[in-house]
Formats: sequence, structure tokens, C-alpha cells
Amino acid sequence: MTKKIVATASLAGCFGCHMSFLDIDERLFDLIEIVEFDKSPIDDIKTFTRQCDIGLIEGGCCNDENVHNLIEFRKHCNVLVSLGECAIMGGLPSLRNWIPLKECLDEAYLNGPTVADCNEKKIIPCDPDIPKILDKVYPCHEVVKIDYFLPGCPPRADLIWNALYALATGNKLDMPYEVFKFD
Amino acid sequence: MGNTVSNVIKKYNGDETRLMDILMDIQSELGYLSDWTIEQIAKALDVPKVSVEQTVSFYHFFTKEPRGKYTIYLNNGALAFFHGRDEVAQAFEEAAGCKFGSVTKDGLIGLFDTACIGMSDQEPAAIINEEVFTCLSPEKAMAIIAGMRAGKTVDEIKGAKFGDGQNSNPLIQSMVNNNIMKRGEVVFADYKPGSGIKKAVGMSSNEIIQLVKSSYVRGRGGAGFPTGMKWEVAKKAHGDVKYIFCNADEGEPGTFKDRVILTEFPYLVFEGMAVAGYAVGAKYGILYLRNEYRYLRKYLENILEQMRDENLLGTFIGGKQGFNFDIKIQFGAGAYVCGEESALIESAEGKRGEPRDRPPFPVEKGYLQKPTVVNNVETLCSVVRILINGSEWYNKLGTKESKGTKVISVSGDCAKPGIYEIEWGFTVNDILKMVEASDTQAVQVGGPSGSCIAPNEFPRELSYEDLATGGSLIIIGRKRDLLKDVVLNFTEFFRDESCGSCVPCRALSGMSKVILERIIEGRGTEKDVASFNKWHSIMRKNRCGLGQTALNPIVTTIKNFPEIYKNKIKGKDDRFCPSFDLEKAVADYDAATAEAR
Amino acid sequence: MPTFVKFTIDGVVCMSEEGRQLVEAAVENGVFIPTLCNYPGIPPKGSCRICTVMINGRPVTACTTKVAEGMEIQNNIPELEEFRRAVVEILFAEGNHLCPSCEKSGFCELQALAYRYRMTVPEFPYMFPNRDVESWHPKIMKDHNRCILCKRCIRGIHNSEGKPIFDFGKRGDKLVINIDSETSKNISDELAQKAMDMCPVGAILKKEKGFDVPIGKRRYDLAPIGTEIEK
Repeated sequence: MTKKIVATASLAGCFGCHMSFLDIDERLFDLIEIVEFDKSPIDDIKTFTRQCDIGLIEGGCCNDENVHNLIEFRKHCNVLVSLGECAIMGGLPSLRNWIPLKECLDEAYLNGPTVADCNEKKIIPCDPDIPKILDKVYPCHEVVKIDYFLPGCPPRADLIWNALYALATGNKLDMPYEVFKFD
Repeated sequence: MGNTVSNVIKKYNGDETRLMDILMDIQSELGYLSDWTIEQIAKALDVPKVSVEQTVSFYHFFTKEPRGKYTIYLNNGALAFFHGRDEVAQAFEEAAGCKFGSVTKDGLIGLFDTACIGMSDQEPAAIINEEVFTCLSPEKAMAIIAGMRAGKTVDEIKGAKFGDGQNSNPLIQSMVNNNIMKRGEVVFADYKPGSGIKKAVGMSSNEIIQLVKSSYVRGRGGAGFPTGMKWEVAKKAHGDVKYIFCNADEGEPGTFKDRVILTEFPYLVFEGMAVAGYAVGAKYGILYLRNEYRYLRKYLENILEQMRDENLLGTFIGGKQGFNFDIKIQFGAGAYVCGEESALIESAEGKRGEPRDRPPFPVEKGYLQKPTVVNNVETLCSVVRILINGSEWYNKLGTKESKGTKVISVSGDCAKPGIYEIEWGFTVNDILKMVEASDTQAVQVGGPSGSCIAPNEFPRELSYEDLATGGSLIIIGRKRDLLKDVVLNFTEFFRDESCGSCVPCRALSGMSKVILERIIEGRGTEKDVASFNKWHSIMRKNRCGLGQTALNPIVTTIKNFPEIYKNKIKGKDDRFCPSFDLEKAVADYDAATAEAR
Repeated sequence: MPTFVKFTIDGVVCMSEEGRQLVEAAVENGVFIPTLCNYPGIPPKGSCRICTVMINGRPVTACTTKVAEGMEIQNNIPELEEFRRAVVEILFAEGNHLCPSCEKSGFCELQALAYRYRMTVPEFPYMFPNRDVESWHPKIMKDHNRCILCKRCIRGIHNSEGKPIFDFGKRGDKLVINIDSETSKNISDELAQKAMDMCPVGAILKKEKGFDVPIGKRRYDLAPIGTEIEK
């Protein structure tokens, strides 16, 4: 059997989903029998080297770099999976979604108690090298088509394992009630 | 201020079910209902403030903030835009110096949007301090503001040119026009006041109910329930007190027939209520009149007074022992959903206009939990005519299943908008010819909650068995952008007018607007269009008619004008959501950092 | 003596007292009809619509329906299950439901229904509405982000004089539950707890309460909502 190629990324997330991924523990050995990693923080490959079978996305899109990254994933992955609450619905970063961006930036850089006295020039950071912040945090499926969604904050390791196993082998996904959680 | 509150509450005997009247009276004295005022009202009625707030915040015309010495409510319905609403609104804003939704700094003028005010054949129209201004133009708008700045009264600004028929009556004196273009035999025929009641007193209540049943007259509000059957159930219902409501809350955009009927034939309506009262054994009648028609108040109250003098209301009506009936007018305060009969009853009880669960039906447990009949204005008129001319005469009019005539409000792109009383069975084509419409793209039958039909359906006839309508046709010419000018406007209307109680209605009407806008911008996908049909079936499980039909503007145009949608979504690759616009998404950031760049 | 009536749910013959609320009658017969706005002991309102069943081909809410002899009820049919799932999804998209940071997570009825229907993502657009968090009431917190406007608190919570504490404000997609600052001032700890327990989601919290049951031991951690009823 040819191994499936997997890519992963953390966009506007906390890397908790990736941590949970590693929590599949000794099953990592089973995993590398059936998949191979391409672009991913797990193997530190920074750019796609080939078309992949499965893309796992942690985090939503809070800036334009996230968007470009996600679009790259859509182009390079046959199947794209939103992994965890942030990718699915914005998660905690989306707590800013009902506050106008200008207000958020002003609070963060100009008026907040920890910056008010030291940002003398009243600068809101902007530089071609810094990603532009979006008006709100977008769930991934509002930017590109997402094929599957794995809920949880983080998704339970068992759920990630079951899902990857099903995707890699073409078996039906086993999704026991105990591992299907939003928190 | 405290005096105003206590005086008004005294006037209504501290009865919290009269909260609508209490709030209206206090607001007309004080201009608005401040937090403090609401607190005083709550204390005086011995209810929590939050309960008073519930009613205040539900209705469009109640306000917690001052809305100006002069308050301009400009209709923002689709028909107003057809006839230049944008330009008029701009002229108001420029002349007044404030935007819609706000009040000038000096507190003189407030500009506010409002849903259809029942003037669709004379748009753009506005209500200014209870007076209606029709056929507005930018020039007129500027003159109105200039008049306000000069300190003129609204009467002075309005001028002395009044509309046709009773609109010129000294007690109305409005520039509104009836525009009755076709009179039929039932509603708009000559009428001698008192003749309906005269006839009724010679009959027993059972005879009247049998007559109404044998006429097969059905409710004219849109649902088409047989009137005689409704009365029979109400008569049999147990209750020491029963009520007759006349539903004159015509809020369906494009509909204005009840306004004209009440202006020209109030006797017919009120006598219809009295006859209904006599038939079911009710002593009290309430005309629930939409706030937009408040300019008719003095006139209608005077008619009621005359009827009392003429022994057509009061006790021993027409000299008949036991025939006691009187009518009061209950004004709404701006809520389309109150046209639904149980919401109307809730509203008349001083609460938010939230439709009730059924059963029990209002005929069993309605106003104040007593058996209540709610009839449309036109239905009551028909009943009086049936009483006078007999059911055989009535049965000769119309079609097999739809007897009698229908009063239709016609508006939109045609040469002769106005009121047409036709026999059931006329086709849409017949009417288009009558109103001199040409180059018609679509016809909205029965308002936004009805359906939008294409020319291939114009041969269909208006009747309960084919194309049912509560009373309006909006004619949409080819020059209109159907989705943007009509469907989007109606979708926003339903979002704003939902009571919010049922989950699907509250949420999906707003979500639909988001998706529809996306499609209009050319950013929608096939899946978006498909989702509307699915959502519509979810909406069908809402409690009331508003919620069940709120997606009709969208789904009937998807069905009847599929090519419009197809063109909008053509060639969209949904692997990369076309709805996502990166440029738009970073615009706020670019703006916030523009200086530093 | 109460009269007993026979009726069927999905073809299975059931029995209950005449006039009993259909939701309760179903429970007696081991049938789960999902509810959100309904709560035992307070007047039903039929506003969330999730308990919709079909009787004689017409959709009606089971919380506002009383059982009668010979009633034929459809409950567990694809059309209704799809509808119920949609109601849950709509609620998740309509408000701001951040389960990971919610005190009620694991006890939340909305979340539990989403688990039951295996909702991974709502098919409806997230609205991200701007809503208040009221933390200034002495005993309770009201987080409007999580409120599903079910009206349970309006119908079920009254102060010691029997006066309501909660009521609706506004309408349509701006509908909100208002709290009376006067009647909410002197509520007891018990009433605050009752309000929190009655709230199906985490919109009403008793202050200084929350996260007191470990993950894995919460009400809906191990078995789906409704399975305690189903035969």
C-alpha cells in the first residue's frame, strides 16, 4: 500500500490541536506505517514538495497570511480537514469578532493599560513583513471548501487517530460519543 | 412629568392590559419614553420595569430617546424606492443636516425609516407627526424642512390641498388620495348608513350565521377561513363576555385597501362589527388600527359617536332588546406581525405582539382569554352587503369556490395604480390591462408573503382555488433589478418584523439576507441558492404566517426566475469560497494603519 | 379517576393520561422528543420548535400539544430529525457559542443535542452578533452571547413576591432577554441557582460557580441526551 501524504498547519490557533495529535502516543508508530508527512510543523517542512492526500488545519484565519496559507493547502491537498474549534468556528480568537477591528487595535496598541504610556508615537504596527489583520477571524470553511470537521478543543487524540486512520485506509470513521466533544 | 404618568394611568384605571394606550398617550405628551418614565409607569401599574420595557421596545413607534419636535418617518419599502425614495431621503438628510436614524443636534428634526405605511400608490410617502405626506420629491422634502426651520406647524407645512373623497373631510384633511379606480358591487357600491343593522334586527342570530354560511364568504385577510363557520364556533364557545375584533392592521407591503374602505365606508365596517357581535353574542368591538393610519382617528371616532347618536351602537340597537354593542379603537404602534390575529390580541392586551400557540384558537380563548372573533375590514363589509342583498345575490359573483368580490391594492410600474374592486376570477392579465401596465417583468401577488410570478403565470386567475391574495398586486417592470430592488427589500422587511420567538424565523430571516446579498454581489454559489429551498422547509415549521412565509420572496423568485439566479452564480468555483473577499477583509486594517504607511 | 388514552408514536402504541403534555407522555412511554424551550413545571411556549412532531401530517410542537385518544404521532422520522438538527445548528450559528470557555460545557442542553446529532459544523453562516455580558447583578451573570432566547427564565423565575425578573426586549434578530434590576436585586442564592439550572445553556450563571465537575464526569460526557429516557 502506498502511504498517504499528510500536511498540517496551525493558523490562528494555539498549537493545542497539534499537541493533542501527538497524544496518540505509541500509535505514532502505527501512523508512520500508513502516512508520510509533507509540509507540517511536525517535520518542519516549510513548503509543499508535492500534492498531498490529506491536509489538517488547526486555527481559523485572523490575518492575510493565514488566508494565503489556507489557499495553498486547498490547492495542494485532496482532502482538507478543519481540526478543532478554532478552524471550525473561529474559537477563542473569534472573541474579537463583534468588536470593530479599529477598536481592537486601539486597545492593543494605543490605549490598553500596558501600552498607553510607552507607545509614544502612537503607532499601530504595520509593515510589509507583518501580516495584515482581517476584520474578523474567519472559520476556515468561509475561506475555502473544507471536506471534514473534527470538533474539540482540542479534538481528543483518539478522534484524531480514528479520523486519520479512516482517511488513510479508506475505512469508515469510528466516532465514539465519548470523544465527540466541543471542549 | 410625574403628573403626566399618573394622570394617564388614572385615565385607564391603572389597567395594565391598556398599556398600549397608556404608552401612546404618555409618549404623545412627553415626546418619548425615558428610562425614568418607564420606571414611573411600572411603579404606578405595580409591575416590574422590565415588563413595561418589553412592550416599549417591541414597537417601532415607541421610543426611549427623543425623536425630534418633528419626526419624519419615511417609508423604506420597495415601492418607495421605485418612485425615487433615494433622492427624497438624500434631500431630507441634506436639508436637515442629519442622517436617517438620528435627530438634528438642536433636537428639532428626526429622520427615521419605517416599513410600508399603506400609501404604495402615492410613494414616496412619509408620516410626520401623525400626518401623512405623499408623492414626495426632493423639492418637497426641502420645503418641508424649511417649514420646520421656520417654526410652522405640521398642518401649515402640509398645506390646504387635500385628497379625494373623505380625505378632505374636515376631520381628516389629508393629502392622501383614495384612487378608487374600479368600484364593485360589494364593498364600493352605494350604501345607506344603518341599513345593515336595520336588516339584522329583523333576524335572529342563528339566521344571520346561517346566511353568512350559505354565502360562503371567506376571510379577506389572506387565510380565507369561512366567516360563517368562525362565527358559529364563537357563538357556541363558552364565555360570559365575547369580543369582536376588526383587523385593520394592514401591514403587508403594497396593501392599502383597508385604509380606503375605512376612509369611505366606515359605517359599513362598524355595522359589520355590530352584526358580528349580534350574531355571536358579543357586546364589545375593537377596531385594531395600525398606527400609520392615526390620521383617521378623529374622523373614525366621530363616526362612532354619530352611530351612538343614531342608535346604531350602544344599547337596544335598532330598538332591539338585547342588542347591545359598542366599539373602541385600539391603535397599534408599528409591528407587522400584529396583523396575525393572536399577535393582534396580545398587542391589544398591552403586550408584545407575539403570536400565540394554537389551540386554543381565539374563537375559544382570545382577548383577555374570552371567545374572540377577528375579522378583516373587507370581510365585515361583505357580510353587511350579504345581509342586505342575500346570499344568492352574493353567490352569483365570483367563481365556484371564491364568492363575491375582492378589493385589490395595485401599485408599482403601471399607469393607473390604486384600488380595484373586482370579482374573483379575474386573471392577472386582465388586471394588468386595466391598470395599464406594460413591459411587466413580474407581479408580486399578495405582498411579500405571497408569491412573485413571471409572465407565464399571468393567465392565472385570482381566486382561493388558484392565486389567492390578501389584497395586493405589485407590478414590477423590466427596468427593475428584481433581486436587489424587490427581493432583498422584502427579505430585510421580514427580518425587521419577526417577533423573534421562533428560532428559525428569528435567525434565518437575517441569515438569508446575508446569503442573498452575497448572491447579488456575484459572490454566491449554487449551494447558497440550493440552501434557500431547504431553509424554506425549516421555516414552514414556525408558529405563525410571518415566519412560515418569510422566505417566500426568495423561494418564489428562485422557482419563477431561475435564470436570474443562475446568471449570478455562473462559473463560481466553490473550492475557494467566492464569498470571501480578502480585499474587503483587510480594508479595516489598511484604514487603521493608513497614516503609518 | 383520570382517563387514560391510547395513541401511537411512530406506530408504537402508547398510553397516558388524557390531556397530558405530549413531551411528558412520550417520556412515560420511553420515547425521547428533544426539547430546548420546554421545562417541566412551567407553561410551555413552543418557541424553539425543536420538539416539532407530525400529527395528521401537520407539524406541531409536542410541548404545546396535549395527548388525545387515537392520536397518530410521527417523531423519529428523517424529515423531523433533519429539522431538529437544523434548529441546533441555527442556534450555534446565531449566537456566540464558545464551548471551550463556557462554565456550562458538559451540562449544556444545546451542546448535548449537538452531540446527539453529531453536529461537526453548522450549515448556517456564523453571525457573530455583538452582545452584552451583564456582570453587575449581585447574584447572577447574564452572558447574552450564549442566550438562545428560549424564555425559560421569563416563564420560570419569579422573585419572592411572584414578580418576573426576566422579560423579552426588542424583537426579531435583536431580541434580547432583559433583567429587571429591581426585582433581581434581592434574589436568594437558591433562586440564582434555580435560574442557572433552568437555563439550558450557559447564559445565566450563578456567580462564583462553574467548572466544578471534572471533564469526563459531566452530565453529557458519556451518554447522549435522551438515552436516559429511551427504552
